[in-house]
Amino acid sequence: MNIKIFLIAEVFILIIGLTIAILRSLPGPVFFPVRLLMIVYTDFFRGVPTILVIYLFGFGVPALAISGVPRSEFVWGIVALTLVYSAYVSEVYRAGIESVHPSQEAAARSLGLSKTKAMRFVVLPQAVRRVVPPLLNDFIGLQKDTALVALIGPVEAFRQSQIEVAANFDYTPYFATALLFVALTIPMARFTDWLVAREQRRRR
Amino acid sequence: MSAVELHGVRKSFGEEEVLHGIDLGVEEHQVVCLIGASGSGKSTLLRCVNLLEPIDDGRIVVGGEEVTAPGVDADRVRRGIGIVFQAYNLFPHMTVLRNVTLAPREVLGKSKAEAEADALELLVRFGLVERAGDYPDRLSGGQQQRVAIVRALAMRPQLMLLDEVTSALDPELVGEVLNVIRELAAGGMTMLIATHEMGFAREIANLVCFLDGGVILEQGPPEQIFSAPREPRTRQFLQRIVQAGRL
Repeated sequence: MNIKIFLIAEVFILIIGLTIAILRSLPGPVFFPVRLLMIVYTDFFRGVPTILVIYLFGFGVPALAISGVPRSEFVWGIVALTLVYSAYVSEVYRAGIESVHPSQEAAARSLGLSKTKAMRFVVLPQAVRRVVPPLLNDFIGLQKDTALVALIGPVEAFRQSQIEVAANFDYTPYFATALLFVALTIPMARFTDWLVAREQRRRR
Repeated sequence: MSAVELHGVRKSFGEEEVLHGIDLGVEEHQVVCLIGASGSGKSTLLRCVNLLEPIDDGRIVVGGEEVTAPGVDADRVRRGIGIVFQAYNLFPHMTVLRNVTLAPREVLGKSKAEAEADALELLVRFGLVERAGDYPDRLSGGQQQRVAIVRALAMRPQLMLLDEVTSALDPELVGEVLNVIRELAAGGMTMLIATHEMGFAREIANLVCFLDGGVILEQGPPEQIFSAPREPRTRQFLQRIVQAGRL
């Protein structure tokens, strides 16, 4: 269940985070409202505790009983995590985009590439490469936070262990769950290290 | 017809005006060298011609078309103008071949095969073909700069702008880059070159312009500028260059 939440949320976060980062980098006064909206979004969702967002969506939205809106806590858990983490991830992307020297964009534009194509072929590939380690760091956080979705209902690993603990007054299930989470995040951490090392080798 | 004409071009960065009304004409197949101290406006002038910097006043005409007129598609104008920068600005995440083929494929819509055939032909011509599969950071500065020139040439520009292309190079690598430029000049390429290489400017230029404080203080054929400069400021500048052993 945790892995499922994580994998689905991750895909949306990567896409939405990148979209926000790009929208925030649009120049000129015409796009001021767009930029402002994105700033408000990231400020808001980085400021509100994740657990609150999960409560709001998990209990709040189904309670409105709007027809056609899914009532599954599983879905709303994913939505909540996606909204929160997209805000974090967009900032990571933005830092990456800004770390690419303006001369790279100038070189691309000087060859006749449009702003969009310069972004797509020259700026973004370099930016994404640079932010892979911090991005994976955020995903390790996300993997842990999937446990919070338990609070609105779905029985994931953490909830299951609570049930076991309550039944037997034996704390081993908590410990086992902790190990389970660590077992999931360690490969990601090592994968991050490996990527960084590979990038450094190639740079030499 | 002139390849490039500048009429009263003015450019400011914030409060500071860096170009105070530049008038300049470059004929087709001519090489014009811009000389002058750092900060005199040479680089800015080149960037304005390529529309990388919007100008505040005046007109720039390239190939008979006023490119500074409102509504002109800057991307289309830039296609026909190659620019090479002091710091090469190759794309570090792409191989040499990809650096050269990116714009022909994405801007001109050439097929991969066609773009690569063109690129390899250029790389062979400039002795870089063994480097086609390498990433830029594997190349020497001189090789990187030659790749940057090839990348600009791959768009088949009618005009090349060279912005102090040898200033970042180790002295022993300057020659190979200058040879490339000589070859381009011999092939009839119209070029506007900002340079600190006075000997080279003297050899290759049809016209030399001395920029000082954002104006073209003096212009003329190289023999006149280097042997009999009229303006005291030009004389002073050249004297300093001679003292530094660069001429």
